[in-house]
Amino acid sequence: MNIIVLIKQVPDTETKVRITADKRGIETNDIKWVINPYDEFAIEEGLKTKERLKEGLVSVVTVGPDRTVEALRTAVAMGADNAIHVKTESVLDTYLVAKALAEVCKKENANIIFTGKQAIDDDQAATFGYVAELLQFPSASVVVKCDISPDKSKATVEQEGDGGAKNVIETSLPAVLAVNKGINTPRYASLPGIMKAKKKEIKTYTLTDLGLGAENSKTIDSDYQLPPERAAGKKLQGDASAQAKELVRLLREEAKVI
Amino acid sequence: MLNFSLSDEQLALRDMVRKFVQQEIIPNAAKYDETSEFPREVINKAWEAGLMNIAIPEKFGGLGLGVLGDVIINEEMGAGCLGMTTSIAVNTLGLYPILLGGTDAQIEEFVVPFLSSPKLASFCLTEPGSGSDAGSLSTMAREEGDHFVINGSKMWITNAGHADLFTVFCSTNKELKTKGIICLAVPANLPGISLGKHENKLGQRCSDTRSITFENVKVPKSNLIGKMGEGFKIAMRTLDRTRTPIAAGAVGAARAAMNYSKNYAKERKQFGQPIANFQAIQFMLADMAVKIETARLLCYNAAWLIDNGQDEQGGYFSALAKRHSADMAMEVATDAVQIYGGYGYTKEYPVEKIMRDVKLVQIYEGTSQIQRVVIARHLLKD
Repeated sequence: MNIIVLIKQVPDTETKVRITADKRGIETNDIKWVINPYDEFAIEEGLKTKERLKEGLVSVVTVGPDRTVEALRTAVAMGADNAIHVKTESVLDTYLVAKALAEVCKKENANIIFTGKQAIDDDQAATFGYVAELLQFPSASVVVKCDISPDKSKATVEQEGDGGAKNVIETSLPAVLAVNKGINTPRYASLPGIMKAKKKEIKTYTLTDLGLGAENSKTIDSDYQLPPERAAGKKLQGDASAQAKELVRLLREEAKVI
Repeated sequence: MLNFSLSDEQLALRDMVRKFVQQEIIPNAAKYDETSEFPREVINKAWEAGLMNIAIPEKFGGLGLGVLGDVIINEEMGAGCLGMTTSIAVNTLGLYPILLGGTDAQIEEFVVPFLSSPKLASFCLTEPGSGSDAGSLSTMAREEGDHFVINGSKMWITNAGHADLFTVFCSTNKELKTKGIICLAVPANLPGISLGKHENKLGQRCSDTRSITFENVKVPKSNLIGKMGEGFKIAMRTLDRTRTPIAAGAVGAARAAMNYSKNYAKERKQFGQPIANFQAIQFMLADMAVKIETARLLCYNAAWLIDNGQDEQGGYFSALAKRHSADMAMEVATDAVQIYGGYGYTKEYPVEKIMRDVKLVQIYEGTSQIQRVVIARHLLKD
């Protein structure tokens, strides 16, 4: 079984984000890069799937500049068998990233594809859907459980809905499953794993190798803005009963929560 | 050529341990400190992540990483909890005598099983009447046919209550002094071994510390590590390799104390402004940084020397690293409590624990005074 995990390298959650002068991106110089946390759950689910089935190969794939190889090595240190890097120095939109990922999935004869439900940098939650559409595979997101049938032809998938609702679906395989927090606890990249990962050969493609040399992004990020600074809090005045009245009024009229 | 950068692999190791410490050690540190319960669960996870027994050579299926690997691991773990660091790191101390003095067959028999399950080893040198004067030990090993028979007591033995294997230093002839000392690999389940109670300590409260009594414990002669009379040398060569990682644990603890007090100084307001604006606080923080950075350099230097086969110079530098790291960490932790003021003296904040924990680093694995003896002896030898 070819288990493919699509991962993205994102800025660490504690990064102080600064926007570039041309407003088309963020300053990347001093950023500490990590694997998108939702993709870590996807890696773990890929490894767990292989362990449950007692067969298969887990391949991790990412698209990006040279620095993204570090994310692949971490995934190998966690236990992935293969690492595939689509190397590009250009900034690609989700469409082109998904197209590159889909091409790799075709080359690798993917039987099941895991990825995070979204990346924590742009929060678009779009890649899994694009990839599924391009491959004409079924897909499910916010996955918190995945059981594969013994004949490996289908999977029973539990999705999380609003307010704790659960939705159980059955899908044929291959499929693209975008996982949510809570599906598992990702293991640590072990020290022996780190040693092994250092020597691991990483398969590299360029966009041209994947037949995407002439493709352009369909969207361009043109005006990044930092979120507005949080306004100062309000301090209620008067005695307790006046404060309580004012609080109820604000909750009803301004916050509209009661 | 001088190069202070860590390799990609070492950086990956550091990041992995840092994450492990954030997720497994820091959230549990106060609990284990309060209860002084043995952190078995955390130790098992550290073993699974491959953070233990890293010195076992590749030809035996280990990683064959040197002292620098342990230095990196211990600094990160020390920033989380020194008690757990000690419990996790002490296998290195327990197993090095066999790695250094044992035959391949002995390494296979006693050390290799540590790769397949989270076993623990304890190093048994110190005795009730023999601490800094380690050569004066009085635990005796008597030869009897194909066995040694051990009688005597050991003191302050880390992880003793949970260990699977002891490396025990005993004398075969007290008149020979250090030349009469041997090292024996002693499985913990042999008859005649009894354990004292878990000591109720000031700091590092979760690391298991006990006395051990050996009463007519029969150990096969095939468990003799090294030759007759080589025990003391094996113990000293072991300590040359473990002293620096222990020092690195103190560097990590001091780093944590500095970071906590730095953040607190930016938040705490007195006289209408954050106390970080006051030079008295700034100078304390600046001195902390100088102490921590110099101590880390000494640790890296000592580890590099040992890892590059320069044992004698490495031993000297490990004494420099241990003396400086332990003493500076105590100073840094004391100042961190000072910056926190009254709050720092309570268990609501993490710095008092660091102060209690680092005190032990000035005492165990060679007191700061013994490190000075080693340093001075080296300086004055010719």
